[in-house]
Amino acid sequence: MTPTAIDYQIMWNRLIAVVEEQATTLIRTAFSTSVREAGDLSAGLFDRQGRMMAQAVTGTPGHVNAMAESVTHFVREIGPQNIFEGDVFITNDPWMGTGHLHDITVVSPSFRDGQHIGFFACTAHVVDIGGRGFGPDAGEVYEEGLLIPIMKFAERGTVARDLIRLVRANVREPDQVVGDMYSLAACNEAGDRRLQAMMGEFGIADLDGLSDFIIETSRKATHAAIAKVPDGTFRHTMQVDGYDDPALMAVRLDIEGDTLRADFDGTSGMSRFGVNCPEVYTRAYACYGLKCAIAPQVPNNSGSLEPFVITAPEGCILAAKRPAPVSVRHVLGHLVPDVVLGALHQALPNTVPAEGASALWNIQISARPGDQGSGLPNREVLMFNSGGTGARPAFDGLSATAFPSGVSTMSVEATEHVGPVTVWRKDLREGSGGAGALRGGLGQIIEIEPREGYDFYFNAMFDRVDNPARGRDGGGEGAAGRVELADGTRLRSKGRQLVKNGQRLRLSLPGGGGYGAPEGRDPALVAADLRAGLITPEQAKQDYGYEE
Amino acid sequence: MSNPMIRVGVDIGGTFTDVALAHPGGLATCKVLTNYTQPEQAILDGIGIAAEKAAIALGEIGQVIHGTTLVTNALIERRGAKLAFITTEGFRDVIEMRSENRFEQYDLNLNLPNPLVPREDRFTLAERMGPNGEVLLALDAVEVAAMVQRVLDGGYDAVAIGLMHAYANDAHERQMAEALRAAAPDLSISLSSVISPQMRELPRFNTVIANAYVQPQVADYLGRLVARLKDAGASAPVFMLHSGGGLISVDVAAEQPVRLLESGPAGGAIFAADFARGHGLDSVLSFDMGGTTAKICLIEEGAPKTANTFEVARTYRFKKGSGMTVSTPVVEMVEIGAGGGSIASIDTLGRIQVGPRSAASEPGPACYGRGGKEPTVTDANLLLGRLDPDNFAGGAIPLSVEATETAITEKLAKSLDMSPSDAAFGVTEMVDENMANAARVHTVENGRDIEHFTMIGFGGGAPLHACRLCEKLGIKELIIPPGAGVGSAIGFLKAPFSYEATRGLFQRLDAFDAASVNAALVELEAEANAFVKAGVSDAETTTRLTAFMRYAGQGWEIPVVLPYKTFTDSDHSAILTAFEAAYRTLFGRVIEGLGIEITNWSLVVASVLPDTPPVARHDSGPPAKPLRTRQFYDAALRRSVEAQEIDRARMTAGASVDGPAIIVENETTTIVTSAYRCTGQGDGSLRLIRKGDQQ
Repeated sequence: MTPTAIDYQIMWNRLIAVVEEQATTLIRTAFSTSVREAGDLSAGLFDRQGRMMAQAVTGTPGHVNAMAESVTHFVREIGPQNIFEGDVFITNDPWMGTGHLHDITVVSPSFRDGQHIGFFACTAHVVDIGGRGFGPDAGEVYEEGLLIPIMKFAERGTVARDLIRLVRANVREPDQVVGDMYSLAACNEAGDRRLQAMMGEFGIADLDGLSDFIIETSRKATHAAIAKVPDGTFRHTMQVDGYDDPALMAVRLDIEGDTLRADFDGTSGMSRFGVNCPEVYTRAYACYGLKCAIAPQVPNNSGSLEPFVITAPEGCILAAKRPAPVSVRHVLGHLVPDVVLGALHQALPNTVPAEGASALWNIQISARPGDQGSGLPNREVLMFNSGGTGARPAFDGLSATAFPSGVSTMSVEATEHVGPVTVWRKDLREGSGGAGALRGGLGQIIEIEPREGYDFYFNAMFDRVDNPARGRDGGGEGAAGRVELADGTRLRSKGRQLVKNGQRLRLSLPGGGGYGAPEGRDPALVAADLRAGLITPEQAKQDYGYEE
Repeated sequence: MSNPMIRVGVDIGGTFTDVALAHPGGLATCKVLTNYTQPEQAILDGIGIAAEKAAIALGEIGQVIHGTTLVTNALIERRGAKLAFITTEGFRDVIEMRSENRFEQYDLNLNLPNPLVPREDRFTLAERMGPNGEVLLALDAVEVAAMVQRVLDGGYDAVAIGLMHAYANDAHERQMAEALRAAAPDLSISLSSVISPQMRELPRFNTVIANAYVQPQVADYLGRLVARLKDAGASAPVFMLHSGGGLISVDVAAEQPVRLLESGPAGGAIFAADFARGHGLDSVLSFDMGGTTAKICLIEEGAPKTANTFEVARTYRFKKGSGMTVSTPVVEMVEIGAGGGSIASIDTLGRIQVGPRSAASEPGPACYGRGGKEPTVTDANLLLGRLDPDNFAGGAIPLSVEATETAITEKLAKSLDMSPSDAAFGVTEMVDENMANAARVHTVENGRDIEHFTMIGFGGGAPLHACRLCEKLGIKELIIPPGAGVGSAIGFLKAPFSYEATRGLFQRLDAFDAASVNAALVELEAEANAFVKAGVSDAETTTRLTAFMRYAGQGWEIPVVLPYKTFTDSDHSAILTAFEAAYRTLFGRVIEGLGIEITNWSLVVASVLPDTPPVARHDSGPPAKPLRTRQFYDAALRRSVEAQEIDRARMTAGASVDGPAIIVENETTTIVTSAYRCTGQGDGSLRLIRKGDQQ
């Protein structure tokens, strides 16, 4: 039976369900907190050339778009002649996968009637990868943990025992990490079972025709969307905190007809610490930001990603070279959409939001007994927290909401069962949204104290402390972030620090920038914000000229 | 004189109020339009019509069982009490910050639903409990008095109190409530430690707020209903169907209306469960398709699957995350925006999309000829010959093939460059795909293999689509019960009295403390039993205990059913075994060497149902006499087929027809595809079995 256009549409729809099932399987079986709670994973189907056909819509664009490139690396490194039924490939190479060692990518070739037809691939953030642990303080990638080059996790169905032993010997939580490696392989198998059933139902022997249909349809739609953006060259820069020195992000956007190029020439050089981004991760977030503004309806696949041609000069902080440390590359990665959208705003006014907090304020807490002889156990606590997003041309920014990342926060009650900390406060940071006709989203304030008998260390990796989110078209800045003790003692925004028993850590997360001059804000909205306590009476008066 | 054999079920839905009256002579049903301002009026009207059909007096009715979507609608439409929320200092914004994520990744203009209680009506107390119920910061009486004054000054109708870790220690919530009650005896007050005593502040706060928000209104409505029934001569006791699929008294329902959120749809699942029991089927997928949505539920060993959290009032295309998560016992259903009224359109990539936008009943599908210009699933079914234009709803609504052709041609076929019938085929296939995918994902999430399930299809739309769904899902047996149009109301009559009590009690299994578990279980049992006995004092009951467990470090618990007994510390290994068995069922393996945690406990006390009489099942029999032959488009064969059309009344026990066939009745039309054979059953059901799979 030759598939018709309707068949292809139905199969495309089905493939999206197939990869969602693949991702669901991973979320439900993974040990990694960030996979489970935050959807820090991706899952997708690729054709035999390594082109991505479909991808699950999950939490983090950094994974989503980076993994799209990875399968071609596997095909090249393994060699097409060495791909066998029952094989499973693996890597956590930051430059071949998704940007840091904590992400493991697993690729499983799919066969039908003995013929190689494509690949399932998935990526997840594991709980530990050895080295110094998750944090920005390493000087080289070697200190950040174990690097698994592209290799076979299983060949013709037989698992590489030596690899498992090597991993077990190098990570702090061997059961969970090895368990997650198996979960990754199993989720690919789950996807493959559904794919095979679909191919039987539609009577197709390979994926070539379907892949061409999906990718060409998406490519055409994406180019058509780009063609609607006015031509021109648009430059934009944004300074962010970096680790020790501020970093400048610079982008040049060239739009001509239905083509779009973005290049990060002019961006600062690499940091000595692990805030560097491999280019693949920069590309993932740049592409995500542009796609949201230009072609949000087109599903993610090679056809919808390739029209966004994104490059960064090797050796800049957004295209780090081996062996640079890259462990917390997400901080700068999350800020990339703000700078590309700033450039796009010149071409497409009234479309993109103002700058936001953007980088997550994740905090890894290591609780340690104050008295080593007390017999109290060490405990690790991880929390995901978000500041405010930038105001939009027609709407206020979202308060305490992740953008561009898509992670979720965890319950405070559950967190307090995990480790000996008391979270005294986690609520909106009043007055932190940038003033504007449309107000920026509010950040939040979090106060954490070690419980009786404990101190804790935390790894700070927070941005927008020295460089707050800027407003657009006359909108004001969002409030800058702040890291301190409750008594007002300032702490550093990057690196490992101690909070002793009796002290309280206070994190004040940044707000989003405003959109349009504040004088243009509807007085009824100012009054409502004031009534709700989202702005202070002084702000109402000074920023908006409002008095009750 | 009331007769306990005469029972009436009443389901208030968004459009219709359905009544099913069981009496010694059989079952009388009717549908009347829902009355939004006075819902009880429609009930009285409907019961009156049904009683007349059954030739009984209202005074003879022994029991009225009621379920309704009114509570859900009040949340969706934001018609609730002027409400204050009192919480712990530092946590004023839990319900506004939600999970801090966006449910739609690529939409820059996304907006999140507003919290039910605006920020200016959320107040905080300086107090704090720790995770094990220890007092970290005591609640000061002066602070309480000031809060009482604030609430009084604010002129609130209702107050929700939700404090941190109140599931572990409710003392501060009670202290606050008592002070409020003393100052304002008529104020409606809901406590999170009563309404939803489970760990995780966001769902617990949402639940207590939802309860307080609708409480005054629901209590008022239920009071009116009981009074009006009594005035009309029906003094029978009234019971409510709760979301978990059991009955509670009106008094409990008036106190805890949040338990009624899904009561209408739960009735449908109970309806299907009753047929599952009658047919002796252990693994059933119920499929309920109406005009706007389709609902899918797993029914195993005769009981609908339940859960302890769900999301209500989704604001964005039924998308997960766009509603409000509440933790209250519920029959677990997957709902998708797919129904007869779902509108088909072409997206920017030239692909056919169906729903979740719906033409609803006004203007309705294009074929209704009431001004609807957009092609719907019903229009596609008409064009493919699956519906008879002259005999829809028993001929009450003549369908316009012309209007359908115009809508499909203009809105779909032209831009797709294909024939109207190909476009119509694309529409039905796409909607069937969406429903099949949702069903498949739901079974996968529960660690089940869908091919081993039997489907039970009901609601106006299911009989048209169910057979094709079975083809797609590899399901070999499908049951279409009779009375499918008022399934929920009939289901109410089959529900047990039941109450589920829950409690957050966090423990590591290696430090299992039987004494504290036993103490909690005694309380849960007493609580649940009291509610059940309030409905039925002398019934035989069963007790089911579930622990929610996980490996340490995981964020999701799985339900583990345990024997209900007094535990000892050495039961640790039996609990471990039960956990590992449940984990293996869901995920295919267990993990050695990891710690295990118990987070929440749930205990259900339910009255024992009389056995459903077994149905005489028929695989085949003499051919049923057709009315005529007509054509419909068989999706699997990709062509029109000549089908026998048969009046459902002729599908008596054992009467058979090989697909392709169309079975017609006033309420709906059953499509039997070429791959299936249909046989009438002893209980009036149709049973469709894939050819070649007959026993």
